[in-house]
Amino acid sequence: MAGPSALVLFGVTGDLARKKLLPAIYDLANRGMLPPGFGLVGFARRDWAAEHFADVVADAVRSHARTPFREDVWRQLVAGVRFVSGELDDDAAFEELKRTLAELDETQGTGGNHAFYLSVPPAAFDITVAQLRRHGLADRPRGSWRRVVIEKPFGHDLASAQELERKLAKAFEPTSVFRIDHYLGKETVQNLLAFRFANTMFEPIWNRNYIDHVQITMAEDIGIEGRAGYYDGIGAARDVIQNHLLQLLALTAMEEPTSFGADELSAEKRKVLAAASTPADLGAHTARGQYAAGWAGGRLVAGYLEEKGIPADSHTDTFAAIRVDIDNRRWAGVPFYLRAGKRLPRRVTEVALNLRTAPHLPFDHADVRSLGNNALVLRIQPEEGITLRFGAKVPATSELREVNMEFGYDTSFVESSPEAYERLLLDVLRGAEPLFPQPAEVELSWRLLDPVLDHWASQEEPPQAYPSGTWGPTSAVEMLARDGFSWRRP
Amino acid sequence: MIVQLTDTNAAALQEQLGQLRHRLGGISGVVFTLVVVVDQGDYDRAMAAVVDTALEHPSRILLVTNGRARADRLDASIRAGEDAPGEIVTLKFHGELRKHRDSVVLPLLLPDLPVIVWWSGCSPVAPASDQLGRLGTRRITDAMGDPDPLAALEVRARNYCPGDTDLTWTRLTRWRGLLAAALDAYPMNVTRATVGAAPDNAAASLLAAWLGDRLNVGVAVTRHPGVGITEVTLGAETDEIRVARTDGNLAVISAPGLPERLVALPRRDLNTLLTEELRRMDDDPIYAEAMAALVRRLDRATPQIGGARK
Repeated sequence: MAGPSALVLFGVTGDLARKKLLPAIYDLANRGMLPPGFGLVGFARRDWAAEHFADVVADAVRSHARTPFREDVWRQLVAGVRFVSGELDDDAAFEELKRTLAELDETQGTGGNHAFYLSVPPAAFDITVAQLRRHGLADRPRGSWRRVVIEKPFGHDLASAQELERKLAKAFEPTSVFRIDHYLGKETVQNLLAFRFANTMFEPIWNRNYIDHVQITMAEDIGIEGRAGYYDGIGAARDVIQNHLLQLLALTAMEEPTSFGADELSAEKRKVLAAASTPADLGAHTARGQYAAGWAGGRLVAGYLEEKGIPADSHTDTFAAIRVDIDNRRWAGVPFYLRAGKRLPRRVTEVALNLRTAPHLPFDHADVRSLGNNALVLRIQPEEGITLRFGAKVPATSELREVNMEFGYDTSFVESSPEAYERLLLDVLRGAEPLFPQPAEVELSWRLLDPVLDHWASQEEPPQAYPSGTWGPTSAVEMLARDGFSWRRP
Repeated sequence: MIVQLTDTNAAALQEQLGQLRHRLGGISGVVFTLVVVVDQGDYDRAMAAVVDTALEHPSRILLVTNGRARADRLDASIRAGEDAPGEIVTLKFHGELRKHRDSVVLPLLLPDLPVIVWWSGCSPVAPASDQLGRLGTRRITDAMGDPDPLAALEVRARNYCPGDTDLTWTRLTRWRGLLAAALDAYPMNVTRATVGAAPDNAAASLLAAWLGDRLNVGVAVTRHPGVGITEVTLGAETDEIRVARTDGNLAVISAPGLPERLVALPRRDLNTLLTEELRRMDDDPIYAEAMAALVRRLDRATPQIGGARK
């Protein structure tokens, strides 16, 4: 259970707050994980009364919470619900916020502990942090705490990421900053660590002697869903490769940490990220694309350039693929291919380790023609699990064929994983050491990606168009073909 | 369990399939995705065949069919945990969406596993470059499902691509086995061969092409009363091997110096043919050669094709 505290949500009218954060807060309360002294303050530009905001929260909870709606839980929660109306640059609003928090400390017993959740566009991080600092909201009286939560992307290149870090460091202590990658829940990180380090059978093959290449995919079937202001100029590489996919790469490729403490884990991730690089010939080993109109999943959808609010000459990548090499003993010569894209055929995130071909196949050539390489696939979402692919003989013939062996967390364990945001909010309120990216990892990731982004920015050609509902541009296929591989169909 | 979805899309189907897997305790061990392109009138026959097939090859089966509604709409039903392992999804496309069926099929293919496309009735001219055919590693057609089987087989032969198979070829498996075994047992230098069959029998043409190609002799196709292929003879100067099947079930085999013997050679139903065809995922080079031989035969325009002209 968390201690007495108040949570301030900036950008509370956004989709994320409505669909994820507010329901997660209710679910925590319903599971008895929130203290009696808990306050929730919404901050947004709407001219709402506190009662109206409570209705908005109730609606969000009823439509999106995972646990049933209970009147008694709701009454406990609603007693601490407040709303502050204003713009982020509005000094009066921040003074009002300060008074509201003081009042909550007084009436709800939130104990002077305040967490600020910045569910606002990255461009608004600076002003929000500056305002919190200016109005003394970041100042921590003795015996209490202040924490701030920011969501990726953390900057748009190395320089801006460092600038953001400097500003955060001025207002908050390093251990009080929680950087969230909501695609990569704590459960997933822990599952991956358990799979790698609790078992004997995988470690011996987890290296260049057995692994041929690695493919890390994050595919979304949706487009930008009206988020033109956020997405244009950011693109797939900055939006997910920089943080999500490089974190997956680090967790897959790192050495065993000496413990699962945040520092020890981060130390291993930093080492592997520091050993990672992109090839010199970026034209040959990267690919970028932009979705065009097409039939996707049975619906006719617009192309990126036709989306509302996107300039007709936008060069933003909605698909990005890069090759990363890791120069250490374990991974030398094993390419890691990372790809991310929108409007692909289906929603899936996975890490696929493809093993080498058997050194000798004592079978008739015709019988092994449809036999591929062994593979180990770590499925992140949906249906988190593991797939092991190997060859087997087809009964009554001499043909060998690939078969899949499946493990699914949700079929093997009936208890459903807690929603990523529940875990996360609870960690913030408890002050648990986060398993999420530390500033040094963020910097290393930008160091890796910046040359690619610069290379793309120097191109006059726009990203290659690909029809919506397909697996990306042909240049991505060619990029792997050059190395003698092909993308798997996830 | 059967779940019906009206006006749906691939993402909703994916979600539903995930939930069913969860509820039914997971579907492990599926070996491929089978896409069945079927006319509405042929739906029940195709469904019966795939249910049978699923018993030997647990898989995800996507039955693709066109509906008559004007709206651009997809209706679907998912059948899982009923009478066969795996999942059987029926996709009914309406309106403009009938031209974009691949946009729904592609997201529903199982990761990495082979994809087989089967046209139960009429098939496209070039299956390998067809919108749905392109998704497949194997493409199965059935000339017998076409109103003009001989013409359909010719189109298949002229547009052959590795990975294609026509069930006409599968119908010949037993015949080919029997004839090859007979020649192994009574080696002879074959100088003449005939295939007797019911009129317009596509399998007979293909068998003749295969025999001609393998034995390097001319093969005459003669018209016989009866069902399917009724007789094959392989002859040297004086000797002859003869396999005759008059009732479509039991054949009589005769060879020099030996008594006539009976051998079961039943015509097999669609379900059995399909199940057999799905045992192999690679392309079939012998079939490729037989189809090439058929093209050569047709180009020579010998009058035997399409039945003997007497």
